[in-house]
Amino acid sequence: MIVAVASGKGGTGKTTVSASLAATWERPLVAVDLDVEEPNLHLFLKPSLVSIETVNLEVPVLDAERCTLCRACTELCQFKALAIFGKTLMVMPEMCHGCGGCFEVCPTGALKPGSRELGVMEIGHSRGSIPCLTGRLRIGESMSPPLMRHIRHRMAEMASDMSADVIIDAPPGVSCPAMNAVQDSDVILLVTEPTPFGFHDFQLAWEAFTPLKKPMGVVINRAGLGDDRAYAFCKAKGLPILAEIPYRREIAEHYAKGGLLAELDNEMRWTFASLQEGLDRLHGQDPRAQPGDPVGECEGGRRASSASGRSPLAPDQGAAHA
Amino acid sequence: MTRIAVTSEGPTLQDAVDPRFGRAGGFIVVDTDTMATSYVDNGASQVMAQGAGIQAAENIVNAGAEILLTGFVGPKAFAALQAAGVKVGQNLENLSVGEAIERFKAGSVSFADAPNRESHS
Repeated sequence: MIVAVASGKGGTGKTTVSASLAATWERPLVAVDLDVEEPNLHLFLKPSLVSIETVNLEVPVLDAERCTLCRACTELCQFKALAIFGKTLMVMPEMCHGCGGCFEVCPTGALKPGSRELGVMEIGHSRGSIPCLTGRLRIGESMSPPLMRHIRHRMAEMASDMSADVIIDAPPGVSCPAMNAVQDSDVILLVTEPTPFGFHDFQLAWEAFTPLKKPMGVVINRAGLGDDRAYAFCKAKGLPILAEIPYRREIAEHYAKGGLLAELDNEMRWTFASLQEGLDRLHGQDPRAQPGDPVGECEGGRRASSASGRSPLAPDQGAAHA
Repeated sequence: MTRIAVTSEGPTLQDAVDPRFGRAGGFIVVDTDTMATSYVDNGASQVMAQGAGIQAAENIVNAGAEILLTGFVGPKAFAALQAAGVKVGQNLENLSVGEAIERFKAGSVSFADAPNRESHS
């Protein structure tokens, strides 16, 4: 089972929930931090580092002598990484999404594979037996989905080799990185808080993820704050609330020290044990039996512009094009 | 004959110069001999997730402009305009399109040799 822990709003407790779930999981597990712009699961799982691998994206490099300015590549590229001005083919490797299409359509071999560093993948072990994968985007790099794809690929290999479950700490939001992080999951666990801001973004997350037709469950963090709209929404949409984490000072203090919530007291231990049971139950369900209206075809997240297009040569990119 | 493209918030000479190049609302293209104007919509560039500056540069090159008057140009668009041989007059925001053209005709627009905005990506 692959569980993606996601939310609309940032700071609702995805990492808090992911870390405690991972630490108390009763079966073999791989813990994955796909919030590559600001990974922080390691702050709680404290893995010992085994290796760091640099992750690159294949981008075109121009051999100007061979280029006939035929425009085959500029017409194909959906991301304006290639453009012809005057008698020059301009290559903008920082705009490239790495689909490889330009290499295929160039009739004269004028485009050679080069690389752009996306960031690193850190591999470590937490608490003796939990492999931890962390993506860390290079400062200055604007595209996280290609790095996330690389990490997801390794995640799938490790989970298969170990016959392990996976917990993914997803990035916040509902745009391409968030969609990319949840697309391999069997169950999406939405963490929200009952504040107006939290509720607003929780609705966006539900709207963005519903077309994926995956079972979704909810954790209400800071329960006791705000109002009951999140509860009413869950009831109306048939979203099971699998756990509530109360709004308590001791929890904030424990968190601020880098402690695992599931180790705070018996109540929290029980909360996370029952959360795992709830996830197992959801996984066993037929997601299509869930009530709630799908909102139509997903375009890779609410804020992804339709003009960003999708390369016909890279169907695997799916929601991962930004 | 010289063709000038001016980033514009609307289709008339009274409209304000759009300070943005890549995501300008449109371009007013003026023939300096006849002062005939035409309007090139740039709406498709405005909604692009990335590459708006490159698309906008293609739009004005296709319109036959040799000179661009605008507010700010980023590095990729600037390189594209240089490769296409388009001269760039920057920092002309807070004027109407007509005023920017008058300023150019009076010879008081200097042409940039570097972009005046950092890259978005």
